[in-house]
Amino acid sequence: MEIKHATFHGGIHPSYFKEFTSHKALKEASAPTQVILPMQQNIGAPCEPIVKKGDFVKLGQKIGEPKGFVSAPVHASVSGKVIAVEPRLHPNGQKVLSIVIESDGKDTIHEDIKPYNSLEGISPKEIVNLIRDAGIVGLGGATFPTQVKLSPPPEKKIDAVIINGAECEPFLTADHRVMVEKADEVVLGLKAILKALNVEKGYIGIEDNKPDAIEAIKKVLGDDNNITIYSLHTKYPQGAEKQLIHAITGREVPSGGLPMDAGAVVQNVGTIVAIANAIKTGMPLVERVVTITGSAIKEPQNLLVRLGVPFSEIIEQCGGFSQNPGKIIMGGPMMGITQFSTEIPVIKGTSGILVLNEEEANIPDPTPCIRCGKCVEVCPINLLPLYISAYSLNEQYEKAEAYHALDCIECGSCSYICPSRRPLVPSIRLAKREIVAQKRKG
Amino acid sequence: MNDLFLTASSSPHIRSKEDVSVIMRDVIIALVPAFACAVYFFGINALILIIISVLSAVIAEALIQKITKKPITINDWSAAVTGLLLAFNLPPSAPWWIAVIGSVFAILLVKHAFGGIGQNFMNPALAARAFLLASWPTKMTAGFVWPRAAADAVSSSTPLGMLHAADATGTATAEASATLAAVELPSYMDLFLGNVAGVIGETSALALLIGFAYLLYRGVISWRIPAIFIGTVGAMTFVFGSGGLFTGDGIFHILSGGLMLGAIFMATDYSSSPVTPRGQIIFALGCGILTSVIRLWGGYPEGVSYSILLMNVAAPLIDKYTTPKIYGEVKANA
Repeated sequence: MEIKHATFHGGIHPSYFKEFTSHKALKEASAPTQVILPMQQNIGAPCEPIVKKGDFVKLGQKIGEPKGFVSAPVHASVSGKVIAVEPRLHPNGQKVLSIVIESDGKDTIHEDIKPYNSLEGISPKEIVNLIRDAGIVGLGGATFPTQVKLSPPPEKKIDAVIINGAECEPFLTADHRVMVEKADEVVLGLKAILKALNVEKGYIGIEDNKPDAIEAIKKVLGDDNNITIYSLHTKYPQGAEKQLIHAITGREVPSGGLPMDAGAVVQNVGTIVAIANAIKTGMPLVERVVTITGSAIKEPQNLLVRLGVPFSEIIEQCGGFSQNPGKIIMGGPMMGITQFSTEIPVIKGTSGILVLNEEEANIPDPTPCIRCGKCVEVCPINLLPLYISAYSLNEQYEKAEAYHALDCIECGSCSYICPSRRPLVPSIRLAKREIVAQKRKG
Repeated sequence: MNDLFLTASSSPHIRSKEDVSVIMRDVIIALVPAFACAVYFFGINALILIIISVLSAVIAEALIQKITKKPITINDWSAAVTGLLLAFNLPPSAPWWIAVIGSVFAILLVKHAFGGIGQNFMNPALAARAFLLASWPTKMTAGFVWPRAAADAVSSSTPLGMLHAADATGTATAEASATLAAVELPSYMDLFLGNVAGVIGETSALALLIGFAYLLYRGVISWRIPAIFIGTVGAMTFVFGSGGLFTGDGIFHILSGGLMLGAIFMATDYSSSPVTPRGQIIFALGCGILTSVIRLWGGYPEGVSYSILLMNVAAPLIDKYTTPKIYGEVKANA
């Protein structure tokens, strides 16, 4: 086992604010009385409810059947009675068909749930199937169904499995605590993926601001020479998939392509621990680690939360608000999504609940671009954000496309650094949407 | 928890604390050593010109924004930077009204007529200097004095002016060298410290380099434009010496005239220089080559201002053709 160092080109050094929660051990949230489970918790196709109002369901029972290949089933995160199957507010800001279960407080486990004895006893195909059946998706926030990543077309040769433990988003510490406290599972999950893909070499990338996580995993690995830990320079967006692949393998994911086009499969730490859990206990994805943090949270924590629990309940368990909240964000401050209610459920993609105070929520007024070029300097894709943004705001979307707008990963580094407070990422996002819409039409 | 007033917005949700005023203030801080040298070497008149110039620039900006009913942005410090740089480009004994006219021209015609901050296609202070030079050539060239001269000192020539005059008198190269030797050119040390004649802010290479180091440390500018601009002039003036190839005095050229001031503070003007890394390299090479050509073979002793202005005009085109290669411009693994 060796430790290597690596980084990527561009990026920013924001204040990390990880000290709110980085030393706080994982804690199980109190049992929920009611859960709201949306039928859309992954990128790709939604699920169809296979239970109806009045049904009794058990913990771990499949309640949503995927409607496509790029999809993942949804399971009951408590045992109890289905009290509604109706559209409910989703973190994406819309109402999405959801199954609401009232817990009976017993957590009766569904009879189909049985542990697999060991990794040796299961075939690669079985590993992919168990991941699919467990409803596991990318828990870093992108929620891409994991089994799809593990089923590359035969012409794509995969030779690197990379575990993303960078956790470069400020404030978030969920992955950090998981690596420190569940290092065994991290390694087991990685080995399962290596076996599923028949790949020899595994890599774990961790930012060097988490030395305790590096140490914990190093200890578990012992003298395993097939898995390398990469101590990554602490810089945002070190954990962006493309940047991570480049830092570790030196390869670039081709424009418009997927990691498998660069021979790599990347999985978030939380995702592989979910895989390890599914192997060890047979339990599908019904809970996840969430960092609840920010200046307006009284007692920031890393909680193990059942899927479907409303944000309001989780915030209560962290002592509630310490001051008037100005902004509630699902995810981190760089790429997270703002919420306009706390009555929305924790879903598979909820890596964090970040509550900023009113002052921090203030959106500064933009002033004219001074062409300082800082956005060019920090862009990890080497784009010219100032020009894409200017063309977008001028509705010249073909020109924005010529400047590679579609390659933007929306990491937010340019908006962060802009001294004129210009809405760079929002305007680039707009251009992307218009370009894609135009392509569909044409 | 139902009566929350929450802000909903597009990510990112945090921003760096450094805004435009922080950057412009950094530029002013970086100019403080040169300012101190200017006042030390050229005395009270330099100080008065600087104050008049800065005040005129700031007042002109406030007035035009008030008249055109735009938000008044003098607190972003950018007008103050323009005024300060214009003053640094005036001879120490220039009359006060030259500073007023120059600053007002820079702010109104070069900056605001084209849309304000970020929109000027030329460096405002340099364009104003060119305007002043064309309109009042004697006031702009005859006002040079050697530092800490007696009150009744007459105007004198700058080091580059002396070199130019010496070069012009000799026809054959040998003769030129002889004439050159006859003229008492200032020492490298005097040039480095700034103890020579010149415009207010250009003479002390040391003070300007301290400012450069500060700007680099603060990340306000990159090394590319200043280093390549200065390096090109040093190399070219060394190669094309008056006594044949590789006989020139590159160090003299680097230390004299407005090269340091121009390369560090004027050519790096955000609005009028390229933003792409390769573009900045081409821009700086162009500035360096033009400066050397003007100094060596042109009719003027000095060429920094005009070369920057010429390259300013080319900057948008350079940007267009130097778009960086993006991440992912590679073939897919098949």
